[in-house]
Amino acid sequence: MTNNIYQFFFIYLYSIITLFLLAVIGDFVSISIFLSKNIFIYKNIFLYCFLYAICFFAIRIIITNQVSNIFIFIISLALSYFFLINKEINAYQLLIILSVFIAFNLLLQKYFTAKNFSNFLFEVSFLKFLKTNSLIFFSFIIIFPFYLMFVSSLKSQMVLLQNPTDLSIPFFYSISDFFSSYIAVITQYNFLNFALNSTIVSFVTVFVSLFFSIPGAYAVARLRFAGRSKISSSILIIYMVPAIVLVIPLYVIFSQLGFRNSLFSLMIVYPATTIPVALYMLQGYFKGIPYELEESALIDGCSRIGVILRITLPLSVPAILSVSLYVFMIAWNEFLFAFMFLDNQEYFTIPRGLYTQLDDQEVPRQYLMAGSVMITVPVLLLFFIFERYLVGGLTAGSVKG
Amino acid sequence: MFNLNKEAKLAYTMLIPTISIVFLIILFPIFGNFWLSFKEVKLGDLRAPQPIIKEKLKTKDIEPGDDILIEYRFKNSSQKKPIFNIEITDKISEFISPVEIAEGCSVNNNLLSCYFEEWKPKYNEKIIFKFKANDNFEIDNFNPKESKPRGVADADNILTNLKFSLKNFQKILQKNETIENIKVTFLYSFFATIGALLLGISAALLLEKNFLGKGFFRGLFLFPFVSPVIAVAFTWVYILDPFKGFLNNYLLNNEFISEPIFFLGLKKVDFLGFDFPFTLFIVILFESWRYFPLAFLFILARLQAIPKDLYEASDIDGATRIQQFFYITLPQLLGVISLLFILRFIWNFNKFEDIFLLTGGNAGTRTLTVQVYDEAFALSNMGTASSVAVLIFILLAIFVFIHQKIAPKDIEE
Repeated sequence: MTNNIYQFFFIYLYSIITLFLLAVIGDFVSISIFLSKNIFIYKNIFLYCFLYAICFFAIRIIITNQVSNIFIFIISLALSYFFLINKEINAYQLLIILSVFIAFNLLLQKYFTAKNFSNFLFEVSFLKFLKTNSLIFFSFIIIFPFYLMFVSSLKSQMVLLQNPTDLSIPFFYSISDFFSSYIAVITQYNFLNFALNSTIVSFVTVFVSLFFSIPGAYAVARLRFAGRSKISSSILIIYMVPAIVLVIPLYVIFSQLGFRNSLFSLMIVYPATTIPVALYMLQGYFKGIPYELEESALIDGCSRIGVILRITLPLSVPAILSVSLYVFMIAWNEFLFAFMFLDNQEYFTIPRGLYTQLDDQEVPRQYLMAGSVMITVPVLLLFFIFERYLVGGLTAGSVKG
Repeated sequence: MFNLNKEAKLAYTMLIPTISIVFLIILFPIFGNFWLSFKEVKLGDLRAPQPIIKEKLKTKDIEPGDDILIEYRFKNSSQKKPIFNIEITDKISEFISPVEIAEGCSVNNNLLSCYFEEWKPKYNEKIIFKFKANDNFEIDNFNPKESKPRGVADADNILTNLKFSLKNFQKILQKNETIENIKVTFLYSFFATIGALLLGISAALLLEKNFLGKGFFRGLFLFPFVSPVIAVAFTWVYILDPFKGFLNNYLLNNEFISEPIFFLGLKKVDFLGFDFPFTLFIVILFESWRYFPLAFLFILARLQAIPKDLYEASDIDGATRIQQFFYITLPQLLGVISLLFILRFIWNFNKFEDIFLLTGGNAGTRTLTVQVYDEAFALSNMGTASSVAVLIFILLAIFVFIHQKIAPKDIEE
């Protein structure tokens, strides 16, 4: 029985934490969607959760049948009414807390109605809470920065300075006000030019990198030759080479050769750094294609090149797609080399342009955020469309980041 | 069945382009980095010394038959180094012919060519060349500047000569900063790796079972990893800004704090009697946030490959979930965790952009990679920059070697 008391206490404590966490999330949701300013007082929310949990705990200990549900319902109504009347909690937060609480209640049901509180049931319900909480926590820490980036880019300078905690989307703006930061970034800061440069460099990188890595990957995956195992293990070692070790000598060499400050320099370096990754991912996939298919074609008199073009490549379209996407993302997001090599504004890629043009205390923050949104959206869009391929490809070959 | 030689030949032809580009852009620069680290190269030395020649017409209102004075200015671009075997060529107008020109110069077919043996450092001289206007002289078509004089010279190139010294290493090892940076780099790489792994394991355990919306969450969890570093770094800098930022204002409004916290500008905070590197901690949190998706993906893939009968057997034996985690799941994941640890540690060790964009290396977050950048471009010293890079390379090699010795081996590989 003492064991059960501990478990009760644990669940009870846990319910306070869960409710509190949910209340905080509720607060963020209410300042972002409904109210645009936070009138949230943590002391009160905590008090509310505490009282709620005590009632819950007491009733569950005394009565363990269906009647308890009605009791809890009545008490929660009374509690909510009291807090609402005293304006210590706002209606939206209450709504969120209550709706979550119902789900929470249903989960606990199993635990309390069981005749003997076994360790197994305790663990199951505990893990369920933990999972729900963690899922909310993870989603929150991931969504929040992106949401803030997006919302800030829509605000005017004045609103941002006056009320930095306002997360609401300004729906009442006219269309031109709504996108004013985007328009400013494009017209004043030459953003389209950067985007064009980034696009060119990224596409060239994808094509060059595929062009070199497909034959290489096929050779490593399928053909027998001396030194094959050495090559496939050295691919992995090349992963580990720090970019910062390459950047100084490449800076020196490219300066001497006179093409440092150009898109061409990036078009050389990006494929070279992505080829090992692409090769590794592709050879993993090629190895998975049944060799019998190729063998039968070879016996029928097809040449190796013919086999690659007619059998291997058509079968590995998903892998090629995922490699292209991954390489595209690397090239699109790359900052270090662009930052070191490019001096002239006309050659800037987006990350380079963002850094020089918009990361300045003089430039309003919403412009910086608008630029950030514009560089992130294409990547995330591509990612969401092709997510399935990409996830498979990423895990097929260990991938650099 | 197949001709082995032919197959090998084909393999080599397919691999040669790939290998050569990797060799050129990756292996050769590594060698170049070692080469540079033994040379005292400044940023300014990248431009080799060369002759600079300018011409200027000194005479006005020229009639046919007049003397024309053209001033040539010869200059050595370098302040420190001499140049040798200077050859200068300049096309001169067909309407003029030479009268008096400097020693070492001659005119042939309207082409002025000069040769000098050596120009000392800071050499700068004006020489007046005297020409005569021919009878067919037309003032409208006469423009001495229409062709630029060209000069070539040999110079001792510091990048390619064979003089080496250990001064760069002496310099960086004498700096107190370097030792501090090595410490910061290790702390940062180690704890950011641990953070990313812990978050990754928890996220993977969350999405282990199939449930509605699993695909959505899996996509969502990868966001920080696939987004451009510059966008997420700027967003976090904005959130953490002491005055305009969301977090400080939120905490202030709720009276959790009475004055703003400088999240990215507090080197040390007194915490239970010892100095806690606060900004480094924040940067480590950012790094864990940004890179946990990779660990998450790998561990999720491995989790789903664990045979289900292991769990069933332990269920029958009466094991609890927590026991199952520690006695079945964790040992099965050990291989992939060890692999991820080494990979993430190395990549964190090599990371430059994240810290550079968040703090610029200030407030106790200067890692070795940021030091490379500072040496090269803030202090304009390519030599010491590459010697720091060599230091990174050596430390990494040592680390990989130790890991190879002690790490548990992945069962799959």
